[in-house]
Amino acid sequence: MKMKQLDLFLAFFRVGMLGYGGGPSSIPLVHKEVVEKYKWMNDDDFADVLALGNTLPGPIATKMAGYIGYRVAGFTGMVNAVMATIVPTILLMIVLLTSISSFKDLPWVAGMTKAVVPVVGVMLATLTWDFFKKSNETLGKVTAGLMVVGGLILMEVLNVHPAILILVLLILALAKKDKTPELEKKIERGVG
Amino acid sequence: MIYWHIFLAFFIPGIVGYGGGPASIPLVENEVVDRYGWMTVPEFSEVLAIGNALPGPIATKMAGYIGYEQGGILGAVVGIFATVAPSLIIMIVLLGVLYRFKDSPKVKRMTNYIRPIIAVLLGVMTFNFFFNSYVDTGIMQTIFLVVASYLLLEKWKVHPAYVITASLAYGGLFL
Repeated sequence: MKMKQLDLFLAFFRVGMLGYGGGPSSIPLVHKEVVEKYKWMNDDDFADVLALGNTLPGPIATKMAGYIGYRVAGFTGMVNAVMATIVPTILLMIVLLTSISSFKDLPWVAGMTKAVVPVVGVMLATLTWDFFKKSNETLGKVTAGLMVVGGLILMEVLNVHPAILILVLLILALAKKDKTPELEKKIERGVG
Repeated sequence: MIYWHIFLAFFIPGIVGYGGGPASIPLVENEVVDRYGWMTVPEFSEVLAIGNALPGPIATKMAGYIGYEQGGILGAVVGIFATVAPSLIIMIVLLGVLYRFKDSPKVKRMTNYIRPIIAVLLGVMTFNFFFNSYVDTGIMQTIFLVVASYLLLEKWKVHPAYVITASLAYGGLFL
């Protein structure tokens, strides 16, 4: 149990300290620690957490940390994981703001922040690719392709909020009767 | 009284701010600057800029710092709690329900239906990261950093911690 708490702390401490660019940039880092390194959950569970996290309001990084911490080691695990994600950088912020106020104008600080952006981009791209591959496997290439294109148009061109789209899909998945291929096609066409 | 105000100032953006921490920042500004007058707009922008230069989630950094400014350590705790706790509690309850019915075909279908949408969201985020990098550092540096980090992460399986640290060092020295 103690080891688990230490692992949780280390995993989310790294996520917090390495996630430049706000909470969303920590998603691939959480995936790396939780699925690949410590194997606390598989890809499917992670996708569920990410989906629900995106549907609910509030910061995504702490929702993931809190839930995963809770699942791995109960209430203590939850508090531990959330603290590990946010406290170190908040302390850093309070110290920096009360000591050097020109911190962000230092050229090397600006350079550091810039260089890390494409690296996080690569990690996000890999994770994106995993989700595409898995979508093709579970839904078939055609359905998955239609849903991807449909989702892209709805969210990026028509500015439908992702939470609404996810909610509609959840309701469709619940409402659909099991094993009726015709209805399935209709629903998927309606959505994609 | 001040603690109640701190709680409200961060509870409201946390509960209406869809789209993760960064989306809630304008709502925080609305509370902190317009409603409670704790800071001016330039002061808020300054804090936001420094928050963005540091790692970790932005919403909790803002809540922690502004809470600390207004109400000391207890203020920081209240601000963070108001930002994190409400949506986290809902999440734990909902996922608990979901896992109880984990093996039902409906729940499996939910996961399958949502996956392509998450892929799109992640894809758009990826594009934004690459595009920002292109705007900030130019095409050559971006391509160099992308190729180098891809090889390190995916081909040679170096842990992201080392790759990110290396990129921070590179940026500090050369960008």
